[in-house]
Amino acid sequence: MKEAPSLQFRDPELAKKLAHQLEVLMEEIGRDVSVMHVCGSHEQAIAKFGLRSLFPKRLTVMMGPGCPVCVTDVPEVDEGVLLAEQPNVHIATYGDMLKVPGTVRSLADAQAQGASIHIIYGPAQAVELAKKIDGEVVFFATGFETTAVATAAILIDNPPENFSVLSAHKYIPPVMEIVAEMPDTKIEGFLAAGHAAAITGWGVFEDFVQRHSQPVVVAGFEPLDILAGLVELVTLIRDGERRVVNTFPRCVTKEGNLPAQEQLWRVFRPIGGRWRGIAHVPNGNLRLRDEFAKWDARRRFTIDLRTLWDFAPPQLANQCICGDIMAGIHNPVDCQLFNKECVPETPVGACMVSNEGTCKIWHLYGGIPDLGVGQAPSPVKDAS
Amino acid sequence: MSGRVLLKQGGGGRAMRRLIEDIFIRDYAAMPFDGIGPAAMDDGACIPFGNEWLVITTDSHVVHPIFFPGGDIGRISISGTVNDLAMMGATRILGLTCAVILEEGFPIEDLERIQRSMVATCREAGAVVITGDTKVMGRGEVDGIVINTTGIGLTKRPIRDNGLQLGDRIIVTGTIGDHGLAVMSIRHSLGLESDLSSDVAPLNGLVAATLEAAPEGITAMKDPTRGGLASALHEMAAKSNVGILLEERRVPVTQAARAAGEILGIDPLHVANEGKAVMGVRAEDADRVLEILRSHPRGRDAAIVGTVTNERPGSIILDTGFGRRLLAEPDGEPLPRIC
Repeated sequence: MKEAPSLQFRDPELAKKLAHQLEVLMEEIGRDVSVMHVCGSHEQAIAKFGLRSLFPKRLTVMMGPGCPVCVTDVPEVDEGVLLAEQPNVHIATYGDMLKVPGTVRSLADAQAQGASIHIIYGPAQAVELAKKIDGEVVFFATGFETTAVATAAILIDNPPENFSVLSAHKYIPPVMEIVAEMPDTKIEGFLAAGHAAAITGWGVFEDFVQRHSQPVVVAGFEPLDILAGLVELVTLIRDGERRVVNTFPRCVTKEGNLPAQEQLWRVFRPIGGRWRGIAHVPNGNLRLRDEFAKWDARRRFTIDLRTLWDFAPPQLANQCICGDIMAGIHNPVDCQLFNKECVPETPVGACMVSNEGTCKIWHLYGGIPDLGVGQAPSPVKDAS
Repeated sequence: MSGRVLLKQGGGGRAMRRLIEDIFIRDYAAMPFDGIGPAAMDDGACIPFGNEWLVITTDSHVVHPIFFPGGDIGRISISGTVNDLAMMGATRILGLTCAVILEEGFPIEDLERIQRSMVATCREAGAVVITGDTKVMGRGEVDGIVINTTGIGLTKRPIRDNGLQLGDRIIVTGTIGDHGLAVMSIRHSLGLESDLSSDVAPLNGLVAATLEAAPEGITAMKDPTRGGLASALHEMAAKSNVGILLEERRVPVTQAARAAGEILGIDPLHVANEGKAVMGVRAEDADRVLEILRSHPRGRDAAIVGTVTNERPGSIILDTGFGRRLLAEPDGEPLPRIC
């Protein structure tokens, strides 16, 4: 076998040095510190590489509302379900959306009862579908500003008449303010997602830092990116410095991707709305502007959510603590349903549905966040 | 149990084991049988035969697509059964049976190609098909072709999958994840261009050489097919009531498989291998076994990848090189990441 070249950002020796730096910083601080990241991809890397077992004991790294599928609110899912059940309507959406519970039914339930639902990998596929199909194709669009730009691009490109968008797109910067202001929060700093910042630019966080007096560090997604980002963030906390630091300069600039921003704001306007389990987030939802009204599914169809309001949520859903998990108040293992009643095949809460959800990620990578160093048996000797 | 059979109950993981235990094994396990039988849920059954053991195993083969890079359904159906016998220590194959179920309309040309492949694989394994059965079903009643093979072999000492002892080393006989990722990368027509190729091959020669060199050194053995190395290790750990510390960076994975896994969002540890074995080996024999394996053409990339521990019995502790976490047991077929 040809030896695979070691990936540049996956050097365990460098990781251990960064972990040691974190230890030293935490000793200097001398108390517990909690920080939050807001991205499923950050959590995936942390869980997959077992990074939590490297973090100092007094440093807590929580995942915040970083999963767009998880924060899609129940009424938004209901809108998708009701549209799917209308005659001659085909829904195109990302696979992760299928099992997200609505008030009564998920899209997967609607599909089982005969609704036409197509899984797509990108918005262009939804447009292709509309060109091939006679009926109405509604793209149920979810995701943060990263994927919203892709939705904007196809709308600017003048899609066919039978195509429309049900936007459940969300915008990250405002929700960071909500989480920072939560009365129970212990969060002292944020690790911002590198890919979203590649669009918005890191400058977008400067106002946040001013208003909330909390440092923000933009970080990438390889294990070393995350560790280096945390070293920077904890350093800022130790020094009481409130500013934005970009540790992902190979992708992120201060201004960001200006053409992408132009497209994003030409098509979308921010409005207030609920994020599942979190709160009403001012300017947190992205809706189509009037110029694009003819492709707005909300204006094109009558969607009467009241038909679903007679139903009480199921018993188990009341025990689900997804909201507290996304707000960084609890971890999945604090939930009595986690890995028992609530598993990926039969999710109770949205965090167990999406590959970006905290509970799903923890489940995938063994269910226990930090194994510690333990009494490891003597490691394998090199036999070659 | 209630409801209907789910696809994931055939995925080789926990769900499948539960289905087999709940529906099939209970009754058969209660019937008198003098040997290693269904209750063991091992790769095959063993019947005492003079001072040796007769080993029997059976396997039905379906694969989509039926021809894939590195192999085809014919090569799998011979290799799979030969390997199940070899995993029990029966490397001398007395005979194979072959039953084929065909769908109306199946191209004869394809059937001949599959047959040629089965014959070639038999020659490689030193095995012969000695009886068989053929059925043709109507269009849509079966999907193309299903091949069942049963194998009979002999061994002096059956090797079980529950024999791991504290301190044993875990050895894999080569690169992990090739078959599953090769098939998946073409199955989901993601247009991946790569040199991924299935590892499907009979392993009885490799296993025979190892057993000859260290007759008592191999404490447990299994072929990591459906569910991959993760599933095989979980089964061995649970049945042996031990934990396994797996060092991820020592697990040999080709560059092509690693890249495909990253793109598809699928862990090579979770997908099928069709030409690899995972062994528990006594620590003092580990270096010698590794040497024997590496000198054999089917074992060139063999590696020591882990150690048996008393920490967390039934679990696999994965040392990623960065930190440690538990390796999840696959619960159904992995699907490529959606977004």
